[in-house]
Amino acid sequence: MRATAASALGREAWARRLPLLPAFIYVFLVTQIPFVLTIYYSFFSWNLLKPGSFHFAGLENYGSIFTNESIRIAVWNTVLLTISVIGISVVLGLAVAMILNSEVFGKGLMRTLMIAPFLIMPTAGALIWKDTLLNPLFGLLPYLLTPFGLGRVDWVNQYPMVTVVTVEVWRWTPFMMLIILAGLQSQNPEVLEAARVDGANAVQSFRRITLPLVRPFIELGALLGSLFVVQTFDSIFMLTFGGPGEDTTNIPFLLYLVAFQGFSIGEASAIGVVAVIITTIVATLALRTLFSIFQIEARR
Amino acid sequence: MTGIGLIVALAGAACSGAGGTGGGGGSKTITLAAVDNPQMADLKTLVSDFQSKHSDITVKIVTLPEDQLRQQVTQDVAANSGRYDLFTIGTYEVPLWAKKGWIENLSPYIAKDSSYDANDLIPGIRGALSYQNNLYAVPFYGESSMLMYRKDMLSAKGITLSDHPTWDQVAAAAKAVHTSSVSGICLRGLPGWGEQLAPLDTVVNTYGGRWFDEKWNAQLTQPEFKAAVSFYINLIKTAGEPGAGNAGFTECLNAYNSGKVAMWYDATVAASNFTGAAAANSGYAFAPHVVKDWSGWLWAWALGMPSSSKKKDAAWTFADWATNKEYIKLVGQKLGWAHVPPGTRTSTYSIPEYQQAAGAFAQVTLDSIAHADVTHPTVQPVPYVGVQYVDIDEFQQLGDQVSQEFAKVIAGGQTVDQAIARAQSLATAVGKKYQT
Repeated sequence: MRATAASALGREAWARRLPLLPAFIYVFLVTQIPFVLTIYYSFFSWNLLKPGSFHFAGLENYGSIFTNESIRIAVWNTVLLTISVIGISVVLGLAVAMILNSEVFGKGLMRTLMIAPFLIMPTAGALIWKDTLLNPLFGLLPYLLTPFGLGRVDWVNQYPMVTVVTVEVWRWTPFMMLIILAGLQSQNPEVLEAARVDGANAVQSFRRITLPLVRPFIELGALLGSLFVVQTFDSIFMLTFGGPGEDTTNIPFLLYLVAFQGFSIGEASAIGVVAVIITTIVATLALRTLFSIFQIEARR
Repeated sequence: MTGIGLIVALAGAACSGAGGTGGGGGSKTITLAAVDNPQMADLKTLVSDFQSKHSDITVKIVTLPEDQLRQQVTQDVAANSGRYDLFTIGTYEVPLWAKKGWIENLSPYIAKDSSYDANDLIPGIRGALSYQNNLYAVPFYGESSMLMYRKDMLSAKGITLSDHPTWDQVAAAAKAVHTSSVSGICLRGLPGWGEQLAPLDTVVNTYGGRWFDEKWNAQLTQPEFKAAVSFYINLIKTAGEPGAGNAGFTECLNAYNSGKVAMWYDATVAASNFTGAAAANSGYAFAPHVVKDWSGWLWAWALGMPSSSKKKDAAWTFADWATNKEYIKLVGQKLGWAHVPPGTRTSTYSIPEYQQAAGAFAQVTLDSIAHADVTHPTVQPVPYVGVQYVDIDEFQQLGDQVSQEFAKVIAGGQTVDQAIARAQSLATAVGKKYQT
């Protein structure tokens, strides 16, 4: 009796799960099998250009990661790029969101224009920056800066990291702005009015009332943003190709170079695995801090 | 290839996707992966002529930029996937891939066609596309390098150049005509072994420098190599184009055509793309020299057939059509004689119409190609072949990295000594693989 009830329950559970199975199998096939294969390859020495080079190498690929200077530079560049892009775009995004949240003329049009950079294809955006805006011969910026004696500055090559950060900030500011704006719009204007009646000035009410309110939104934006910015590839490929030297080579770009310029599949797989581990650790830590902040906020 | 797929996914690399999706259709559809250049664009427009003669063969042409073509084709051929039946490969790939058995020996096919006349192919090009005296790819287009200059701009300063100038004369002329609006000379600074390193390597060669000695010891720190790199970068900095770090062939061509540079040292094919004042007032000289004479490079785009192709006869029929004498005439008659793919056949240079159209630079091109020697690129003996490259698998990555270091010098991020030291250590690691 109990057995049949249990099996009926089991059947019911399966009937509920069954429609989900195709999606589950699909996700499993396209994410887990390649990942397992990558881990497998990372233990082998395999260069596509050397037929017959495929042989077990143990931890050799991982060993070379920790002694390779290029990888150290790439990790540093990734950190530098992520922190500066997220930091600057959060500040700018907050400022723009504050403006758009107030009663200004042409708000709708302004908001649409502000979102535009996020909607432009990354590759096209980077090309516009590189050729139309920054090209020292026929670019718009050098032309505008000529009266100040900066007419022939080769921004992309002389200040490569600054250029990449600028382009990425340009792309990510609208994203931050949107998320923070959502937070600002949930604010009750009566609270601000009450603060004003109590004699708080604009700076004080921003610091004491608005900022605590939008903080979780800022943190959410920063977390999501950094997961994407860590993987920046398109703009580096189009703008600097990782150079000059290795000045803008981040982890994804280095991986691309090892896999598709050097065709070292084993080594590239090992870098990929290590990159996934690092990203997972950072994301877990960030998420944990985030949730603890949410809980503290909730307890207040 | 799922592993590679994941690597891309991990990197978040949303790069160019999968390209062509393979044959399909009838059994006689052949797929050609072609480099994106003007000569290939012409080929594409003339395919209908081939189709009308061979209605049983459908030709699908996938054009890709050089670096992407190289990646796609290398993956295809290394994985033996047979996606392409023909591809354009360069003098760099042919001997390497022939040795690995990745591409088909075309000599037996050529022997079957008495009208093909392989002896008409320019000897230097034929040699560069051969492995053990067999042709493994048929040349579609060939080039060397030369100096192009605006005669009007130079003569305004009272400067004339001989046919065989030295680099010192060229540098002096470049500095004399250099102003804030017109640069003295355009030299490629764009990183990449096929971009910046191509002209730079010819300068290294003529200074007497070399990448490796006979025992595969890296020689980048030798005085000749260092002097050549310093000379090249100093010339760019004192009389070169602004934004040199991004200037490749196309950028220099645009600058020269719009009169923003007075001289340009680059591929011989460049002159066929000149327009306006650049076309009317240009002078042409052989690659400038220092110690070694005839320092021009040698390059050819050629049609190769992967061993994995399942339609080899149909593929050869097309390769034969696209590289024989008749095709040259077809291009001249249908598209104009300036469109003729240069540098492949000696007979091209005796066609009166072509001589008239190519005029001043035809002889410089032919002589430069004839004198380029891939086995003796520099003064001292070397263990590798190649003038503007080192014909080993690792050179793509090594060359790209080294050129990035030099680009950093051009941008002012480090000194020549620092760049050479890093380049030497990279080259030493590669050389070690050949020392055992």
